[in-house]
Amino acid sequence: MLEIKDVHKTFNAGTINEKVALNGLNLTLNDGDYVTVIGGNGAGKSTMLNMITGVFPVDSGNILIDGEDITNLPEHKRAKYFGRVFQDPMTGTAADMQIEENMAIAARRGKRRTLGFGIKKAEREEYKKLLATLDLGLEDRLTSKVGLLSGGQRQAITLLMATIQHPKLLLLDEHTAALDPKTAAKVLEISDKIIMENHLTALMVTHNMKDAIVHGNRLIMMHEGRVIYDVSGEAKKKLKVSDLLAKFEEASGKEFANDRMMLS
Amino acid sequence: MVGFLTALPGAVAQGIIWGIMAIGVYITYRVLDLADLTVDGTLGTGGAVLVMCTIGGMDIRLAMVMAVLAGCLAGLATGIFHTFFGIPAILAGILTQLALYSVNLRILGNKANQTLSVMNYDLIISLRYINKSIIIGAIFVVILIALLYWFFGTEMGHSVRATGCNAAMARANGINTDSRKILGLVISNGIVALAGALLAQYQGFADVNMGRGAIVIGLAAVIIGEVVFGKIFKNFALRLTGAVCGGIIYYIAITLVLRLGLNANDLKLFSALVVACFLGIPYWKSKVIPKQKKVQKKGV
Repeated sequence: MLEIKDVHKTFNAGTINEKVALNGLNLTLNDGDYVTVIGGNGAGKSTMLNMITGVFPVDSGNILIDGEDITNLPEHKRAKYFGRVFQDPMTGTAADMQIEENMAIAARRGKRRTLGFGIKKAEREEYKKLLATLDLGLEDRLTSKVGLLSGGQRQAITLLMATIQHPKLLLLDEHTAALDPKTAAKVLEISDKIIMENHLTALMVTHNMKDAIVHGNRLIMMHEGRVIYDVSGEAKKKLKVSDLLAKFEEASGKEFANDRMMLS
Repeated sequence: MVGFLTALPGAVAQGIIWGIMAIGVYITYRVLDLADLTVDGTLGTGGAVLVMCTIGGMDIRLAMVMAVLAGCLAGLATGIFHTFFGIPAILAGILTQLALYSVNLRILGNKANQTLSVMNYDLIISLRYINKSIIIGAIFVVILIALLYWFFGTEMGHSVRATGCNAAMARANGINTDSRKILGLVISNGIVALAGALLAQYQGFADVNMGRGAIVIGLAAVIIGEVVFGKIFKNFALRLTGAVCGGIIYYIAITLVLRLGLNANDLKLFSALVVACFLGIPYWKSKVIPKQKKVQKKGV
């Protein structure tokens, strides 16, 4: 459903800060894939997600979704295909707006925005039910400003917002990295639940190898802007953290150099 | 003191007109989170268009619509400079404002000012009928706030607010943030031009310099409104009302200091210093309050 064909992206080309972020990246996702993405610092994980969603133009290569070439589509026009949750809990929601207003904005992703009411009565009930599934007590705070909530609560709401329109592809960019371990586990649990219940195709970048093995049906490892290891099904289930470390050393010829990578 | 009291209704009437202008400033400065300096030119454009249309024989209501549309065009120009040319918002506004100086002179028939006497034309607001002017001004305020309250509650209005609050989130949800910024600037400058059209009628003339420093007065009104009413006015409609009240308070204060002997030529210097102090308050608070808390913690 998603095809990335030989995509190259270099930042600050021709300057002293030149950085090859994507170097001939190829990746094909199948419908219903739940892929975890790991890799060292600067491997191109976040760049890949931002490239898919059109945050910046690519130097060469193509991005196709269900056969449609979206390489040159601006970010806001591609948004109808993607649900996104960011690493920074502040990025996914509008702090000065109410919880229900944030959700109403997300519910209109990919639709024409008219001069009709921003939130209809029936929607409120729907949002209440959705928020109740989070089990965070947010269903009684529909009109609270999102800025008053904790990082974990904001990430959970962003997850609902990203999936309320049933995206073709859900992109999770280290969305639990900024949370404390307990909250992170809760948000991951909610992510799994939403992905399973809605049969979503998802791409989850994580810095936690154990999470990468436990979650999803497929795992890819990135290094220097391309995929160096792609495993799925039974083989993925049997993976151990030590296997991944060995794989990384084999591919890069050096030890895993990500100080944020958790080995437990 | 008696002089001050007799001058009070006039200050209120002018305050309401500048309060309408402050509503326009509120939309860019608070909702879109960008400082739009176009308004210094737009206020004059609104006044100039109204005066020339009225002199030309147009119905006053239609002339006001023309003034608003002219203001919208000025906002569109700034919006295009900002989004399509990629110029920072402040600079884009300054460019349009500069261009509008020539445009306004052209509109005024290559003159620096044009008079519009209430004796000869059927004006809806004038300093000759201050009480009536206050009522008419208040009606405009109520209708305008009601319209904006409705608009910012629509799907479209939500998308403008999201653009100002968190552009990355807005784009991730399929909102074209460039078009929403332009829309906000168009609405804001339309409102400022409306204020210019009312001001020209009220004072009986349009002047190419009538908008000089308008952004400062608009900001003053917005900030005074927030400082005085911020704790009680939480709702969007009430916050706009706060900005209008801020405009009235500003003009009462100006009238008072002029009565107390401030040279009218020093007025803009005085205004700039007052606004600078009010803008500084949130910054100073953020610096001072944590220190106080630390001291308290040590004590405990």
